[in-house]
Amino acid sequence: MADTRVYAALLRAGMAGQATYRASFAVELFGTAMGMGLDFVEIFAVFHQVPSIAGLSFVEVVLVFAIASTGFSTADLLVGQSDVVIRHVRDGTFDVVLLRPLSVLGQLAAADVQLRRLGRVSVSLLLLVVVLVRLDLDWTPARAAMAVLAPIAATVVFGALFVAAGGIAFWVVDATEVTSALTYGSAYLAQWPTGVLTPVLARLFTFVIPAAFTGYLPALALLGKPDPTGLPDWLPWASPLAAVAAAVAAGLVWRSGVRHYVGAGG
Amino acid sequence: MSERDVVVMEDLSRHFVVRRSVGRLRREKRLVRAVDRISFTVGKGECVGYIGANGAGKSTTIKMLTGILVPTSGRVRVCGLEPVRQRRELARRIGVVFGQRSQLWWDLPLAESFRLLAAIHRLPADRAAARLQRCVELLDLGPFLDTPVRQLSLGQRMRGEVTAALLHSPELLLLDEPTVGLDIVSKEALRSFLAAERAEAGTTILLTTHDLPDIERLSDRVVVVDDGRVVHTGTLSGLAAEAGVDRVLTVELTAPGGPLGDVPGTRLLSVEAGGLRQHLALTGSAAAAVAAVSARTELRDLTIAEPDIEDVVTRLYRAAAAARSSTVE
Repeated sequence: MADTRVYAALLRAGMAGQATYRASFAVELFGTAMGMGLDFVEIFAVFHQVPSIAGLSFVEVVLVFAIASTGFSTADLLVGQSDVVIRHVRDGTFDVVLLRPLSVLGQLAAADVQLRRLGRVSVSLLLLVVVLVRLDLDWTPARAAMAVLAPIAATVVFGALFVAAGGIAFWVVDATEVTSALTYGSAYLAQWPTGVLTPVLARLFTFVIPAAFTGYLPALALLGKPDPTGLPDWLPWASPLAAVAAAVAAGLVWRSGVRHYVGAGG
Repeated sequence: MSERDVVVMEDLSRHFVVRRSVGRLRREKRLVRAVDRISFTVGKGECVGYIGANGAGKSTTIKMLTGILVPTSGRVRVCGLEPVRQRRELARRIGVVFGQRSQLWWDLPLAESFRLLAAIHRLPADRAAARLQRCVELLDLGPFLDTPVRQLSLGQRMRGEVTAALLHSPELLLLDEPTVGLDIVSKEALRSFLAAERAEAGTTILLTTHDLPDIERLSDRVVVVDDGRVVHTGTLSGLAAEAGVDRVLTVELTAPGGPLGDVPGTRLLSVEAGGLRQHLALTGSAAAAVAAVSARTELRDLTIAEPDIEDVVTRLYRAAAAARSSTVE
């Protein structure tokens, strides 16, 4: 993979600008970690009023939150720049991206990695480890594998949502509202058990927008609990497969977006 | 079409649908033929000037050649490849300079942009260094190699852009308005460099420009487009002759002489100051005419007045339009 070296070089070039302003970088790093802290406080507040949500206790909901948050923040770090595509298209700099012998998505991702998002990634990961230890789960080889795969699958699903949002942005240049609802909206929803929703809505956020696969379903697999809306017991274990399917679908949306740009001429 | 043709366009068209509001509710669709059944080829090692007024379809053509834009109809091959389908492979074999768009990294020093491009094109370190060394010398990039691109003057940046496009020794160089906005010295430096590059590496060049001296200095052949169609192909002097505009050589002599009515490659237009100043219309190369005059008498000064490109194109277009309407009748 000689290309890996090329993307690494592009990554360093993209980051060179960010490290220039060290003080503000530190503040932003802290800021993203704080943003996550506020989401967490929300869970506290809800559990102050109710003992359980969709059959899950406080610590168990924190597990859902931790998996989803780790996935979201990592995906956001890597490919969270769907808004950047719109900027490139508007500025006409997208043509320059097309003139290089590299993948379009790879170039955009490498050029705009936001290091400050590492703040949220590290805090989420720490929380995930703590909650896994605290839960005292019935560890089996399958559960151990799921504990490792779940945050990776969540990253892939959120990455797919970001890439799909970027693909849509080629069609509708003023799509920021729609794409933000898709990405940040799903991220918010994914922090909570999908089991609290009505069965129809729960299925929408499982099979259409695969948000449930980023936290809730893998958490059920780890906890060995059933879904109250009646999803089959094997489904939580299929989270990694769902992530692959989401990635393929997002790739198709992205490709059709680039095709559309090339067809329309910006 | 032969195997030696680097660029082949056959009946190439690109239409855009422009929507616009008419009244309160109705929206009208209008079809704009930005490029309308253009056919021409650029042979290996050739340098073709692609000229036309603003909005004539030059940039749209260049975009189709680079794979940034899908043709509406017709056929296009560049370096034997299909641009849109084989975009990445083609990108390794061509160099592109958009006068209006930078492909350098705004916040990085110029040298760093070159390092990145060398990595992107997977150039071996020694080859990249040798190539860069040559450009740095010929284009005098040394003084600002460590300056961030955003702080460069336009002339400095364009020299950087050309180096960026040539770093991987492309077979074909596409230049879209490379000298636009440059001062005379920078323009001349760029032209000499491109001429030298072509002589040495045999690079094929297709260039669009508003500047006739660019064409005169670099091109063997010109293709003129107007309103998306080719209205003329041929040499620059042939173009001026066909349009009925002259390139005028004015010579000032040290002593009054007889009318220079029989200098090869010229036509005498007028004589002033008792033969001290004479105006000759060029039908051939300016250099040959100057040499012929100075062999005959001593020159004190000379100027060459180029016809304005817009003027040439406008006249050609009128002639083409007149020819069309007369054949209809």
